[in-house]
Amino acid sequence: MNRREFLCACAAASCAAILPRPAAAGVTPGYRNLLVLVELKGGNDGLNTVVPYADPAYYALRPRIAIARDQVLQLDARTGLHPALAPLLPLWQARELALVQGVGYARPNLSHFRSIEIWDTASASEEILADGWLARAFAAHPTPRGFAADGVVVGASDLGPLAGTGARAVALASTAQFQRQAKLAQPLEAPGGTRALAHLLKVEADVARAAAGLQGDHAFRTAFPQGAFGQAVRTAAQVVAANAGVAAVHLGLNGFDTHQNQSGVHANLLRQLAEGLAALRGALVELDRWGSTLVLTYAEFGRRPQENGSGGTDHGTANVHFALGGAVRGGLVGPAPRLDRLEGGNLAHGIEFRSLYATVLERWWGVPASGVLGGRFAPLDLLKA
Amino acid sequence: MRLLASLALAVPLAVQAAMGPDDARHLLNRAGFGATPREIAEYAALERTQAVERLLAGTGGAAVTAPPQWVREPITPPRALRGATKEERQAFLAQEIGRSFDLRAWWIGEMLATPSPLTERMTLFWHNHFVSSQQKVRYARLMYEQNVLLRRHATGSFAALLHAVARDPAMIVYLDSASNRKGSPNENFAREVMELFTLGEGHYAEQDVREAARAFTGWSLDLDTGAFRFRPFLHDAGAKTVLGRSGNFDGDEVLDILLAQRATAEFVVAKLWREFVSPEPDPQAVQRIAARFRAARYDLKVALRELFLAEAFWAAGSRAALVKSPVDLVVGTLRALEFQVGDPLPFALVTAGLGQNLFAPPNVKGWPGGEAWINSSTLLGRKQFAERIFRAEEMPRMAPAAARRPGAGELGRAPGFGRMGEEGRARVLRALGEIHFDPQRWLGAFHAPVSQADLERALLARAPIVALPPEATPRETIRLLALDPVYQLK
Repeated sequence: MNRREFLCACAAASCAAILPRPAAAGVTPGYRNLLVLVELKGGNDGLNTVVPYADPAYYALRPRIAIARDQVLQLDARTGLHPALAPLLPLWQARELALVQGVGYARPNLSHFRSIEIWDTASASEEILADGWLARAFAAHPTPRGFAADGVVVGASDLGPLAGTGARAVALASTAQFQRQAKLAQPLEAPGGTRALAHLLKVEADVARAAAGLQGDHAFRTAFPQGAFGQAVRTAAQVVAANAGVAAVHLGLNGFDTHQNQSGVHANLLRQLAEGLAALRGALVELDRWGSTLVLTYAEFGRRPQENGSGGTDHGTANVHFALGGAVRGGLVGPAPRLDRLEGGNLAHGIEFRSLYATVLERWWGVPASGVLGGRFAPLDLLKA
Repeated sequence: MRLLASLALAVPLAVQAAMGPDDARHLLNRAGFGATPREIAEYAALERTQAVERLLAGTGGAAVTAPPQWVREPITPPRALRGATKEERQAFLAQEIGRSFDLRAWWIGEMLATPSPLTERMTLFWHNHFVSSQQKVRYARLMYEQNVLLRRHATGSFAALLHAVARDPAMIVYLDSASNRKGSPNENFAREVMELFTLGEGHYAEQDVREAARAFTGWSLDLDTGAFRFRPFLHDAGAKTVLGRSGNFDGDEVLDILLAQRATAEFVVAKLWREFVSPEPDPQAVQRIAARFRAARYDLKVALRELFLAEAFWAAGSRAALVKSPVDLVVGTLRALEFQVGDPLPFALVTAGLGQNLFAPPNVKGWPGGEAWINSSTLLGRKQFAERIFRAEEMPRMAPAAARRPGAGELGRAPGFGRMGEEGRARVLRALGEIHFDPQRWLGAFHAPVSQADLERALLARAPIVALPPEATPRETIRLLALDPVYQLK
């Protein structure tokens, strides 16, 4: 019996007064709610994703690569989407898409590797943490016993926020291939030895356990886009279809480090992203899981407001991210970018990135966030009440 | 502490003896790719210092296998492509993709054939340090030339290597040096040279990156030949301040400033430690070795000798402490078991499928390595490789299926396999038919009758996790040992 059940059993009448406001019509927190993280690898250019098209400073900073006003998909009088994001417009209109602006952290680091480490481990800028934030969350607050895995990384070998000793994480290129090969691995007892050996034995055990449950050969009516990201979305949808118990899925899209001639490349990446996310929604609606799925994008950093001399953008700081799902309260969240108040040429942040994680932990999964995140970060109002 | 120091001094006396087969296997597996029973027996009779000197003396600066024919052909200049039709451009891309297969197969072949595996291991180490990827560079010939450069300096001077890499055409493309111009700097190279090539994160400020970027302006390419070219009109000759020193620096002077920093020697030595000794460098030993390395003008043989003779290298806790990279696993298996192979292309595809696509590391930081090599997907792929390679009779049966359906099996997972075309797939198919393992010949190197313990000692860095059935034949024992979790370690 957990604390909440205990309290309710003892004092049913006063329950409502003691507990945080129960999410009556909206979200019921718990690990049955799925988190899908989408990593925009390389650092997405937020200003050309969610475009401040009414701000003359935007066009002044980006004479070559700005998205023309008449190309922008206008959301309100000053904010619009890159035209390649058109597949996301139905979600916006259905109020299932939130654009979280100005997400970042204090004293930003402009190294890809250090900054993604900060995001993956939910550390402060100068703090080095070994484990991913999801790995810490699952270690402190385990998923139900019957779950096949805590998290599944699709289409990559880098476990990112799931890396660490605390999580039962599985990486798979495709479920079918995984199943075929799983019979070659078997669970083993760890007899001690080096750290590397302990890691190997843990992975062997993960494989055996995950393979037992990750079936998934649902015939979707939704069409999945060609290309690596579309196929990763298809695999993720099959993992959900297997219904074996998975709390988090991680997807990645490569190539956002657009230092040179970025316009065509960036449009192509955003199109893949939008088509992939729209397909994910279609598939999860079919499975009746869209209402219990929260999709969040993240990246190591945004890009510099001023374009560089190569028709591209160098590493920046604060960025805009997407939150989408049937339970999401759609709309614009957080401060619009202030191009007139740059700090060292870069955007200041208005939302601490760990507030996004606190939202996931507290509002979506119902686990205390401050222990996992090493501090108190206010959750955002991203979910329907 | 003093007692420990005197014990350390006593060690050279203690090792004046033949090191025996366990130490020989350990040294050869770490300094090379696998070791045959004959090599292990030969080195087992040497003292540790003798063995290390022999490995260092054997290193060379040039490959022994002939490169693909096209490395001597001129490149198709970007200018020619700009005016090209869509078909011509596609033909160019197809040509470079084909060449990338040639190149990867050639390097795997060199790793298999070389008399100095240490040279290739160091060339691979530098490929993962001074990263460039054909995904961005596009020209296979430039990738080849960079590989030649890395090998030439592989065990020579790190200082000379750094200076050479900074003007290497593939690097200039990869880190956007050519678009780094006076008045509109591109910081990409200046940042990575500090963060990843020399000092490491935390030993420089953003301002140092900006100033250094100005010093490298004008370092560019001749777009017709693909050769390095300095463009004085694009160079910012003004005053810069980098790491507290001021002057009208050019790029070479900035590199010398970086080399003068203690952090650079320590950064490189710590990385070599993780490559050769253990995942957790001993900070004091690293400082000591780095000081000698820097005093010896960055002579890499000095650093390697110190690392191979360090107490930590031989310590029991360092055995089975490193994860084999995919190249280690594949090339090491083929070398240690004396497989006969023809065209090495399939093995380049296998390493790619396991996460190590030569000439195409994932990003400028290179392959993260270590435990990151092993996840549920790659571990299964590694076991599948072992299963297949030791069942030679399965090869011809499995190959057509893999080749017919790109996307199926570990070969199909390899990046680019789907774009190889019929000709390329036929090449893989042919090559698979040329792989041969002769257990009788291999087992002949042991004193008869060969025991399970003999085989464990030859193939594993420690005792296997899964108990061997006592009735297993030597041939079956080899297969079971290669499927044991310990086989992934060295």
